[in-house]
Amino acid sequence: MKILTANRLVDGEVVWLAADHSWVGAIDGAEIAHDAATEKKLARAGHAAFLRNEVVDVNLIDIALVDGRVEPQRLRECIRAAGPTVRRDLGKQAVAALSRAA
Amino acid sequence: MYRYDEFDRAFVAARIAEYRDQVERRLAGEITEDQFKPLRLMNGVYLQLHAYMLRVAVPYGTLSARQMRMLAHIARKYDRGYGHFTTRQNIQYNWPSLADTPAILEDLAKVEMHAIQTSGNCIRNVTTDHFAGAAADEVADPRPHAEILRQWSSVHPEFSYLPRKFKIAVTGAQKDRAAIQTHDIGLQLKRTDIGELGFAVWVGGGQGRTPILARKIRDFLPEADLLSYVTAILRVYNLNGRRDNKYKARIKILVSEIGAEKFAAAVEREWETLKDGELRLPAEDIAAISAYFAPPQLPARAEGVVNEIAAKKQNAGFTAWHRQNITAHRHPDYAVVTISLKGIGEIPGDASADQMDAVADLAEEYGFSEIRVSHEQNLVLPHVARADLKAVHDRLVEIHLATANAGLVTDIIACPGLDYCALANARSIPVAQEIATRFASPARQAEIGELKLKISGCINACGHHHVGHIGILGVEKKGAELYQITLGGSADENASIGEIVGRGFSPEQITDAIETVVETYLAQRSGHEESFIAFYRRAGAAPFREALYGADARAA
Repeated sequence: MKILTANRLVDGEVVWLAADHSWVGAIDGAEIAHDAATEKKLARAGHAAFLRNEVVDVNLIDIALVDGRVEPQRLRECIRAAGPTVRRDLGKQAVAALSRAA
Repeated sequence: MYRYDEFDRAFVAARIAEYRDQVERRLAGEITEDQFKPLRLMNGVYLQLHAYMLRVAVPYGTLSARQMRMLAHIARKYDRGYGHFTTRQNIQYNWPSLADTPAILEDLAKVEMHAIQTSGNCIRNVTTDHFAGAAADEVADPRPHAEILRQWSSVHPEFSYLPRKFKIAVTGAQKDRAAIQTHDIGLQLKRTDIGELGFAVWVGGGQGRTPILARKIRDFLPEADLLSYVTAILRVYNLNGRRDNKYKARIKILVSEIGAEKFAAAVEREWETLKDGELRLPAEDIAAISAYFAPPQLPARAEGVVNEIAAKKQNAGFTAWHRQNITAHRHPDYAVVTISLKGIGEIPGDASADQMDAVADLAEEYGFSEIRVSHEQNLVLPHVARADLKAVHDRLVEIHLATANAGLVTDIIACPGLDYCALANARSIPVAQEIATRFASPARQAEIGELKLKISGCINACGHHHVGHIGILGVEKKGAELYQITLGGSADENASIGEIVGRGFSPEQITDAIETVVETYLAQRSGHEESFIAFYRRAGAAPFREALYGADARAA
């Protein structure tokens, strides 16, 4: 299984491509490609967004579904999805922690 | 310190205006990423894992209090309230928005700073001894020469597109605190018997995937010939360095492929055509630049010794800090203070905006407004009266920067690693934090003595692992982090490249493995006076292999 990720051009924020071809800031919103045809569709949409100067560094990444949640296979992508493991107060994990507390 | 003249100011302002226009055109979609990327890199803007990263040059590691305050302001206004001091004596911000970067550069320019040539295949920030201008053992302050090199190399038309990046380090003392043998060019200031100032010239050092120590190609180069000779080196490299393979493009590969003697001969031939030309440095120009670095007037403060003794009697924390973080100043009433950015369990090299402001305050009140950044990722107050050390210590305690560990096992160099860096294969920071926590006991650290532990999260070696007494290299193996240990490296005047001791360790095992290495040294050293590196040089890797791998090591 794969999802498509990139960094938003204007601020570098880590984003993933959703089913409606918008870019979302939480990995759970990503559209999951279960087959090669969907992977191709995601890659095409990503490249188009790159050409429209919305995002940079577009990549398909491997994921697994663990208890219904998206989990990247590589540590690098886990860290991109959460934030630095040494600063839990920064990155997306901090936002998630705040919303849980609210 | 150096102050911008009208030309410098106009140049930096023009460069920012140009960059602002480039960013606006990029955001408007008028230029592509492929066109824009080299432009942003020329201004220090990288894309990392979570965001853009801005690397700001701290020329030869020298900052004024005013500049430090601006760094704090930028951390607060445009970033997440902190910055990361690097092994290149620079500072990096981890979270700036691309759209904000022109404004950040404008703020930096207000205090005569910029981010030019902190990336790209050009001559990077010239680094020096972080005790420059203050150390008791110094022949001469290396910063005027570093500044001359900075001015000469800034947007140098011939050397802006070298085969690969190029790093120059200058030391002013026999004891090498600037790691000159790991640089593309290393310069060691020295004086002849008749008082003439010049340099020993080393070339072809570097770390990364092919660690090589520099070779000395000239024992004495007169000061006036600095630029012509360095130009000759760069020209030989620019013409002959490989451009077909990024991994073989550094000058170290050229020097080792053709041999230092042949390389030196080529440089001498080139130099013959240059040395009597316009690059010859007039004495008055050297004097004019040197005047910017004139040491502050240091009034006699003879009461310092008495104050120090009284403070030591009252406060064990002060005594430990004094023993570890104070270095002899050339003026006996003064001292050089190392401010450790390696609090136990903290992130090596990180400082919060509040800490930066507090250090700026301390520098202003007690240190003639001078601050240095060390390649070991600490800060330095180079001129503090011994009489004021207790007051400085007390203030550092308040801002959690009084850790008494300079040069000890917990004073760890660590690159940002996989927590931030797009090139990394493994995390560095949590490894450093766990090792520092394991060795937190001040008594145990003192027992171990001087030990340089350096961690890199990939083979590019920003964490200097090759030249750590103990080096740790993080790699990715089968999707997991793995840490290789190297032993016996050193970055000082007796430089050496560490050797891999054996198979790597998982994140869960690495701290235990380091403890095994340290305990092996403690158990087998001839006495406290035999340092870790001295023991390694006497006993070799065998005792460590035996302790780490046991029967496996004997079978191998």
